Amino acid sequence: MKSPESNVRARYGMVVDLDRCNGCGACVVACAVENNVPPANGRATERTGISWLNVQRLEGAGGRAAFLPMMCQQCDTRTPCASVCPQNAVELDRSSGIVGQVPVRCLGCRYCMVACPYHARYFNWWDPQWPGTIAETLNPAVSTRTRGVVEKCNFCIQRLQAARTRHAATGGDPAVAPDYTPACVEACPAGALVFGDLGDPQSEVSQLAQSPESFRLLERLGTGAKVHYRTRRPWVRQAVADAPAPTDGRTHV
Amino acid sequence: MSERLDEGLTPRGLPRAPLRRFVLWLVPWTALLGVGLYAGYRCLAYGLNETNLDNRFAFGLWIYLDLTVIALGAGAFFTGLLLYVLRKRELKAVINSAVVLGFICYSGAVAILMIDVGQPLRAWFTFWHPNVHSMLTEVTFCLTCYLVVLAFEYLPIVLRNRKLSRLPSLLLFEHQLHKLMVVFALVGAFLSFFHQGSLGGLYGVLQGRPFAFREALAVWPSTFFLFILSAAAAGPSFVLATTWIASKLSSRALVRPEVYELLGRVSGRLLVLYVLLKSVDTLVWLNHTSPQLGIHPARFYAFDPFGTWVLFAEIVALGLLPALVLTSARWRRDPRFLVPAAFLACAGVALNRFIMTVQTLALPTLPFDPFLTYLPSWQETMSFLGVVAYGVVLYSLSFRYLNLFPQERELLASEEVTHVPLVA
Repeated sequence: MKSPESNVRARYGMVVDLDRCNGCGACVVACAVENNVPPANGRATERTGISWLNVQRLEGAGGRAAFLPMMCQQCDTRTPCASVCPQNAVELDRSSGIVGQVPVRCLGCRYCMVACPYHARYFNWWDPQWPGTIAETLNPAVSTRTRGVVEKCNFCIQRLQAARTRHAATGGDPAVAPDYTPACVEACPAGALVFGDLGDPQSEVSQLAQSPESFRLLERLGTGAKVHYRTRRPWVRQAVADAPAPTDGRTHV
Repeated sequence: MSERLDEGLTPRGLPRAPLRRFVLWLVPWTALLGVGLYAGYRCLAYGLNETNLDNRFAFGLWIYLDLTVIALGAGAFFTGLLLYVLRKRELKAVINSAVVLGFICYSGAVAILMIDVGQPLRAWFTFWHPNVHSMLTEVTFCLTCYLVVLAFEYLPIVLRNRKLSRLPSLLLFEHQLHKLMVVFALVGAFLSFFHQGSLGGLYGVLQGRPFAFREALAVWPSTFFLFILSAAAAGPSFVLATTWIASKLSSRALVRPEVYELLGRVSGRLLVLYVLLKSVDTLVWLNHTSPQLGIHPARFYAFDPFGTWVLFAEIVALGLLPALVLTSARWRRDPRFLVPAAFLACAGVALNRFIMTVQTLALPTLPFDPFLTYLPSWQETMSFLGVVAYGVVLYSLSFRYLNLFPQERELLASEEVTHVPLVA
């Protein structure tokens, strides 16, 4: 019998360079368009709207600011949301390491939202509305969701499927997706988002994730998040990381 | 309205309030129930945007209500366990009432849960492809099964109604059901132990919420066992408190003082054990679990209004204090101490469930998170109150037309009735 590990092909992850992010929001828009996230209801607030990826503004002393793109952190070893869902609507795909959401199975109990320490899950409080001709712009590769279910970032898993298909069409291994890139990474004009296989030690994302400037949010909880952040600014690190800043003797700006 | 209109339905030989007065008592509660149903309808028809819940405060008043009424409803299974399995015969005097209370609590909780989920029509999915690792799966299974058990326990009480019992087939059915009560009590106790525990486990497993997360004993977090124990401790107190209220409203003794005393004694002893284990659990959590997750426990109590007073109120004022009163034979004999202590024990379990539900979500998890507040919408509040009204209406009807307290008749014979019942 195969162990779950034997299916592991990749561990997709991301490194977000907080020193490069300028808060332009291109990633947010690209994500919403790619994944058919509906326009916000007129009564939606910051806490009831849906934004699989949102950019937090961090403010430091002396008017300093930094921007932190927040999405599902794609927990790995101890996925808080997947274990609590009563009807298997949340699944950790062992072949890619992506935590997927299956809206058609979702009961809307919101237990996964309570379990998620990153607040990266969103409930459809309203029926999605697509006014005017917006419906014609919907991405046919992504199902729209209905009222009463939870949704979240899945690293544009439809792009993974498409990339695998393309690779297979050229005679490659159908389980490998060499040109797989989520929409947010593609859209970022500052190159702040680096995406790839964390399981490949030669990949850029893997090497950046290992660098001393990199850290994960709530590292202490042991969720094994596959989204890493990096900064050379101590105050930013202080504001977002649990782990102390690296003591490598360098002077940080 | 004739005062004798429903005389054929009320238990023989037991005085009940005039029908007019009873109807007047029901009117405001039925109106409240109607508003609650309308509020629930709005949530189902227009969606959960009718609530003040949000992506950050995903659980609110309803889940708190569910956890609390299920804990209080534990009086049903625990009284059944004491009577049918541990042979505490004195509790026959309150078992019918306890079953009705349990049925009200559980059916109310299930009704609210159906409104609380975003896709109620998909509730069967949990049974069809369940995630066996989820505490919520266990809760769903046990809650549903136990509600069915409670319905079967309630049915014989209804069938013993003066009018219904004239039908031989129903009487025979009631008799056969009654013979199965030991089985129902055992199944009920088994299911209750599990879902009370799973409700605690629901929060205890949340590694992403260090305030609620607890160390595991075997595969269960400590909250699993604490929830079972606190529910078992508060359940008899709830039966005691409601019996006392029914007695006051009907202006007559419904059970002998020894029954109150026994309920108080059981509740008190379990409460002592609970307070002890809860204190140990809190100390382990403060000194081991929380620091291991990299959080200084003082941070949990740094946000108003959830200061350390909450911990004191939960463990000392609403735990240790009623436990001491209820374990003292002298104080138990005095209703001036016994009844308030029972109310305090119920309030203690309600506060514990509030802390687990609301404080857990209000506290920040990320370093740059704010402390969150949440105020339920009128739809949430009214559907909450609708469940309370449903409970009052069903209990009042049961009290009037069924024989909830078998000792009522003999106590009535031994005393001179000096006044007419107030409401039921």
